[in-house]
Formats: sequence, C-alpha cells, structure tokens
Amino acid sequence: MKLNLKIWRQKNATEKGSMVSYPIDNISPDMSFLEMIDALNNMLILRNEEPVAFDHDCREGICGMCSMFINGEAHGPDRNVTTCQLHMRKFKDGDTITIEPFRAKAFPVIRDLVVDRSSFDRVQQAGGFVSINTSGNTQDANAIPIEKNKADLAFDAAACIGCGACVATCKNSSAMLFVGAKVSQYALLPQGKVEATQRVQNMVAQMDLEGFGNCTNTGACEVECPKGISLENIARMNREYLSASLKG
Amino acid sequence: MAVLDSKIPEGPLADKWTQHKNNIDLVNPANKRSIDVIVVGTGLAGGSAAATLAELGYNVKSFCFQDSPRRAHSIAAQGGINAAKNYQGDGDSIYRLFYDTVKGGDYRSREANVYRLAEVSANIIDQCVAQGVPFARDYGGLLDNRSFGGVLVSRTFYAKGQTGQQLLLGAYSAMNRQIGRGKIKMYNRHEMLDIVKVDGKARGIIARNLVTGEIERHSAHAVVIASGGYGNVFFLSTNAMGSNVSAAWKIHKKGAYFANPCFTQIHPTCIPVSGEDQSKLTLMSESLRNDGRIWVPKYKEDVQAIREGKKKPTDLAEEQRDYFLERRYPAFGNLVPRDVASRAAKERCDAGFGVNATGEAVYLDFAAAIKRYGKELAHVKGLDEDDVSLIDKLGKEIIKSKYGNLFQMYEKIVDQNPYETPMMIYPAVHYTMGGVWVDYNLMTTIPGCFAIGEANFSDHGANRLGASALMQGLADGYFVLPYTIGDYLSDDIRTGTISTDSPEFEEAEKEVRNQLNAFLNSKGTNPVDYYHKKLGKIMWNKCGMSRNEKDLKYAIKEIQELREDFYKNVRVPGTAESFNEELAKAGRVADFLELGELFAKDALDRYESCGGHFREESQTPEGEALRDDKNYTFVSAWEYKGKPSEAVLHKEELTYDNIELKTRSYK
Repeated sequence: MKLNLKIWRQKNATEKGSMVSYPIDNISPDMSFLEMIDALNNMLILRNEEPVAFDHDCREGICGMCSMFINGEAHGPDRNVTTCQLHMRKFKDGDTITIEPFRAKAFPVIRDLVVDRSSFDRVQQAGGFVSINTSGNTQDANAIPIEKNKADLAFDAAACIGCGACVATCKNSSAMLFVGAKVSQYALLPQGKVEATQRVQNMVAQMDLEGFGNCTNTGACEVECPKGISLENIARMNREYLSASLKG
Repeated sequence: MAVLDSKIPEGPLADKWTQHKNNIDLVNPANKRSIDVIVVGTGLAGGSAAATLAELGYNVKSFCFQDSPRRAHSIAAQGGINAAKNYQGDGDSIYRLFYDTVKGGDYRSREANVYRLAEVSANIIDQCVAQGVPFARDYGGLLDNRSFGGVLVSRTFYAKGQTGQQLLLGAYSAMNRQIGRGKIKMYNRHEMLDIVKVDGKARGIIARNLVTGEIERHSAHAVVIASGGYGNVFFLSTNAMGSNVSAAWKIHKKGAYFANPCFTQIHPTCIPVSGEDQSKLTLMSESLRNDGRIWVPKYKEDVQAIREGKKKPTDLAEEQRDYFLERRYPAFGNLVPRDVASRAAKERCDAGFGVNATGEAVYLDFAAAIKRYGKELAHVKGLDEDDVSLIDKLGKEIIKSKYGNLFQMYEKIVDQNPYETPMMIYPAVHYTMGGVWVDYNLMTTIPGCFAIGEANFSDHGANRLGASALMQGLADGYFVLPYTIGDYLSDDIRTGTISTDSPEFEEAEKEVRNQLNAFLNSKGTNPVDYYHKKLGKIMWNKCGMSRNEKDLKYAIKEIQELREDFYKNVRVPGTAESFNEELAKAGRVADFLELGELFAKDALDRYESCGGHFREESQTPEGEALRDDKNYTFVSAWEYKGKPSEAVLHKEELTYDNIELKTRSYK
C-alpha cells in the first residue's frame, strides 16, 4: 500500500506545532497501525530526521498507553479497538491519513503525538480506591456473596483502560465516562459502598479542577471507547453524586 | 568460590515462614517515617510493594517508564491467579499447590520459597476482593474457578480474560491512596539507569526523566527492583514494547548475581508470526486450553491442501486429525504444562505438519466445546438437544461469555472468525523464570537491594505454571517483602537522609551521561531496532525452544560481534535533553546485547534438559526431556566480572526434604 500521512509535529510543550506530510510506500495490509508508524520512523531515522514521538507499550489493546486521533476519530476508524489493534487492512491504497494527538485542555501535548494524561491519575488519587490496608488480614473472600449480574456490571465498568479516547472525542473534553466507570465499579460492589459518598464527591471535584468539561449527553464517548464502556456509568455516577449531595 | 547463603530459616517446612516472621527485626512506626525506599517498576510486584511499604509508614519513591503506574505489563496477563483456597472441594491444599509448583518447575526452584508462596496465596484473594477487584462469580454469588495446565484441581481465580488488568488496577488503587496521602512520591516517565552503592550498600539510583531528558539522583535506604522479565531479548515476544532488562542488568553489573538466565518460558498458545515488520506477538490465554483442542492434520497431503487453500480445517474428519497432546499425554491431554505443550507443537511443525504458510502453526479448536456447552444449556432450558443450529448458537454464547475478549482480539489480528474456524497458534517467548538471585528475604547479593516479581528467579524453577506469575508478584509485594525488608532496615533507623552529593553519586551519574553521549555521538548508519531484531533472531534460532552445544557456542560468538557492531554503527537521532525514545531504546538494547550472551553461556553450561530448557543432547529415546539431578540440582548464579564472557558461576545447591525428585510425567 501507498499512503500519504499527515502528522502533527510539535517539538515540546511550549513550541508551536504543525501538520507535516509524509508519503510512505510498501505498507502491508497485515501490519498494525503502529507497525506502520514504526516503518515511517525507521525511514526518518535513515534520512537523519527525528522520528515521530508516540505513546505505545503493550500493543495488545490493554495498557491504554497508545492514543492518536486518526482521521478525526480516537483510535481510528475501527470499533472496540485501540490504535495498536487497528490494522492497515482498514485503509485503502492511496489513502491520506491524518494523525493528531488526543487534544484536551487537561491533556497537554508533550511532543508530537504524546500527551500528558496525569490528570487521570490525579482523579483516581482523589478517591478511586477502597480504604483498606494491604495487610491481608481481611475476611474470607467468599464471606460476602455478590450477585452475579452486579459483579459482571462492576467488571464491565472496571474494564476501562484509561486511554482518554472519551475525553479526546468529547466536544466538551469531558471525562465523565472515565470517572463514571470507576465510581460505578465501586458503587456496584459492597466493598465500595462504605466510602461511596466521599468518593464520588472527591473524584468529581478533582475532575472539575483538572479542567475537564461537562457532559451534554451526545454519547460520542461510548461510540469511540475501545472497551465499550457504557453510558449507563455516567448516569450511575450522576445518581451517586445526587444522593451524595443530599446526604451532605 | 563464595558460598551463596539462601538464608532459609530452620524448622519444618510448614512453620518456616511463621517462625521467620516472629524472629526477624521490626522497625517501629516512628522510625519508619525517617526511612526512604525506592521501588523501580509498578507492576503487580512493584505496585503492591510500594503501596504496602507506604501503608507501613516508609517514605516510598516509585518509578515507572510509562506515563502512569497503571500501564505496567502485568496489565496484559489474561488467564488468572492461583490460590490454594479449595473452594471447589476438589482436594486442593497449600501442600498441593506447593507440590504442583515445584514439580511444574521441574525441581529447580527453592522449596522454602515456593511453600511460602503457596501459604500466602489464599490471602491474596481475600485482599483483592476487599479492594474491590471484580473477580468472576457464579450464580450463587461466590467466586468462580477454572483450571490451568499442569494441575488436576481448579484453583485459578479470574476476571474474564483480563485478570492481570483487574489485579493491577487493584494495586494501582492502593498506590493511589498512598500517593494522595503523600506517602508515595510517584515518578512517571522516569527510567532507572544505574544503582548507586555507598559503602557496599544500595543507597540510591540514577534516573532519567524521559520527558525532559534530565538526569536525576535519588537516594534511599533500600532499593527494590520490580522491573519484570527480559523476554524482549528475543525482540519478538508477548512482552510490552518497553519491557526491558536494564534495571536488573545494571544491578548485576554492580554486584547482584544473575540466576538461571537461560530459563525462559515459551508459551504454547500465541498468534503465529505473520511477517518481517511484526513488532510483537500476542498471547492467547492458556485458559483457552480448558476448552480448546490442539491438533494438526494426520496426513501430509491434507497439510499441503490446507496451505494451498484447497481445503479448510473444518473439512477434515475426526480420523484425519492428530490431537497430538491428547495422543502423547492422555492423563493431562491439552492441559499439559507450557513447556511440554510448546515442544510438542514444535515437534509436529518441524516434522512438516504446520498449518499456515510459514509452516509454524497448529490448530486450537473449539468446535467440540461449542457442541458440549450447547447441549448442556439446551438440556437446562428444556430445549431440543438434537437441533444442530440451536446447539451451535447456544454453545457459541457460552464460549463468548468465557473468552469473548480473546476471540475478538484474535479476529482483529488474524482477520478470521475463531467461532467458525479453529484458531492458529504457535509458541512464543512469554516469561522468564530466571532473574536476579535473591535469598529467602528477597535480597540480592548487594546489601539493601531487593528484587521481586518476575525480576527475581526464585519460585518457578525451570518452568512456570499458568496463573502463578500474578500470584508471585502480589505475594512478594503485599506479603513477603514488607516483612523481610524491615529486618534489613532495622539497622538503618539512625542513618538519616542519604546525601546525593557523595562521590559515589557523582561517579554513577558521570557513567550514565557518558553512555548516553556515546550513543548520540556514534553517528552510525543503523537504527536501534536493526540490532534488536538481529539479536532476537539469534536468540530464537539458537537459544529458543531447543538448544545444543554447537548452536549455543555459535550464538555467543554472533552476539559478541553484533554488540561490537552496535557500538560502532548504531544511529541515535535527537538530543539527550529531550523526549527521545530512540535514546531510551538504545540503552535497553545495549543491555540485552550483554544479557543475551550470558543467557547463551548459561544454557551451554547446563548440560541437561529441564523445564523450558531443552538440551538436545539430553533426551529420552521418545524425545522427552531428560533431567540430570545428579549433576544439575543447583541454581546457576552468575557474578559479573567486566564482561559477560568472564562471568563466574556460583552454585546454590537445591535440597528437597519434602518432595521426592521424580521424572516429570504427564502421560
């Protein structure tokens, strides 16, 4: 395959960036999208140019490190995949592909396609945990039976990989799907109930502080989420938040 | 030759850990506040250790090269975590888990460590459930289990095919709680580039900020290495792209012995290699072997027809298929341990029965399971058990609920639907049992430097059983290290903050800067990946699933030449003072180029077959691995002496007081 890549190049957080065109040839449809970028970088290094910086690690869709806004979509045109699981067979010979970083006020660009998502970590630090020590002196794991459907829903929420596609996709750069998923996981389990009131209030406060926008229910985040995290999690978080506010 | 002291406590096996905990020194809570601990790596071992040490009151500095601790590669573990809970009432016990692990490791692990691992395993599940880890449950609301290779009980707890993710997010949440409290200072996008020793003790590290390129000095009273395994020495593996040996290798060069480097796990069920541009391999969880049957065609003409696309696997009748694991190992069938399954697949492919264009793939087939589950469900629901399409539909639903994410992953990569046609799989490098040598307290041969999780060597012998890596990572981090480190640190309560202005820090920083500058100034012609791929090919072809003296000797020579060429001709663009992934990669590959040689040297020295290490010179007439207990019941611990070829071997003799050494048979 022959492609024309248009890629966002930006030297560092302070300098201005711009789109740069790179024609590339000999791309096999079986390559993953990141292997295609590897091939480009290899070419750039041999030409004595600096390679395109991008985040990636596990390359099997679970670590959440890869990002990229491809042709206007987070993680590209395929559904339920991360960029590392996207394959070139989804594109046609001769295509022009536009590649930008995940853009949001709370995700400043570090270099090229690499952004700083530590705001996500700080939201988790505000309350995304159960306050028990890891001493091992807890009760037996089977002491509290948990309804299977609730356990399954908690798992579905916990499957979030924290990639930030929801934020990058949202016209308001809202992180409600990400935060809602974590709040939901604990709200659905008896272990998380004890601190539910505090948790949702603290996490939402931190989310606002980081500069994420609000949710206006367009549902775009759910469509682009590589793990299929459901919008119901946002609704559940709103319920949790409301009831927490009433409790004070 | 120095004698390695494993510091195994006296007393009966089952009492060792309890007695040891009662006897070791503790640090009182007030003093813990004036003690700093560095933890390198935030996977299951590093993350859980950082959280627990911070809870205990130590000041923890935690480092990861990724953008968040949640990205560590433990996240990619799929199948599950073992624990001797015996919830299924199928005869499991601490002893049985211990026994299975020692046997599975082909009698090359340390009895006392493995027993302790089995002992604390049950606690891990309690702990994780209390943290809100959403394990799979049955309709009664209790925890569900499945079985894994090499054992006859169901003791594996799981969260769909994402168990590692859920456990890691549990450890990450425990870390977050401590980061929020200020007890853990988190350094994301930082890479450790050397350890600093003062008066022979580990007292800090030199790290590079991967965003700014700044070189930083960090001091502490103890340094914990939890940087994972070195499978990426093969270039193609199931490890993450960034997984590396550097932290472990740097401490090795400063005095930590490296144990059993040649013990590598080649996992039987991975998606086969498709082309030259491939950057990594993807695992299909071992849990699939619960329901999938592995086969190749029985006749060469069918192999040919399939490769040419004239026949489909589903066209072959039962009698035209060779279910080679069920044939060779009737007792364990498709659930033999990983090393055995991998070699059997290689044997069939080498004999010309591989089913894809490269000749390196076998089938993993779910048709029988779909039928079985479909019938069961039809029976439960009172539906027609003879309706073929209904059975097929119901069966696929069950398979989807069990392995849905794995099937989806397979389809995205291979572009074939595994519900309709068997998966194609081939063995790939997955895990390294070898690692930094540690004693019973998980301390390396550098005082104050500890190694936990996959980075150490101690628990899995020559082959790791499925679902045991997660168990070991969390056991080390939550329940073992937090006790044993106190025994060492109890001498440090009056030391006070360690200065980073000492000549030792000065010297270490200078060395690091020199190496980085050497890469940037080399101005060669080949990108880093060029060398990494070449090294990978040497390792896979000559130090892979099957090894012999001639190839190993040749590999050593080739690696030496490649290393020399690397330093002369590598090209690293950019500067040291910026985000520069090529520079980070160059450092990692430089270390792999040294480790690779030690790996081959170790494999050459071990003239026996055991676990994942198969020496062609040591096999039975039927081609099964032949262990040599008389001469090789020891741990090979290598001391660095300037270069890998000069490494000196120290032997830790292994004694088995509670288990009789037997030929490992799964027939």
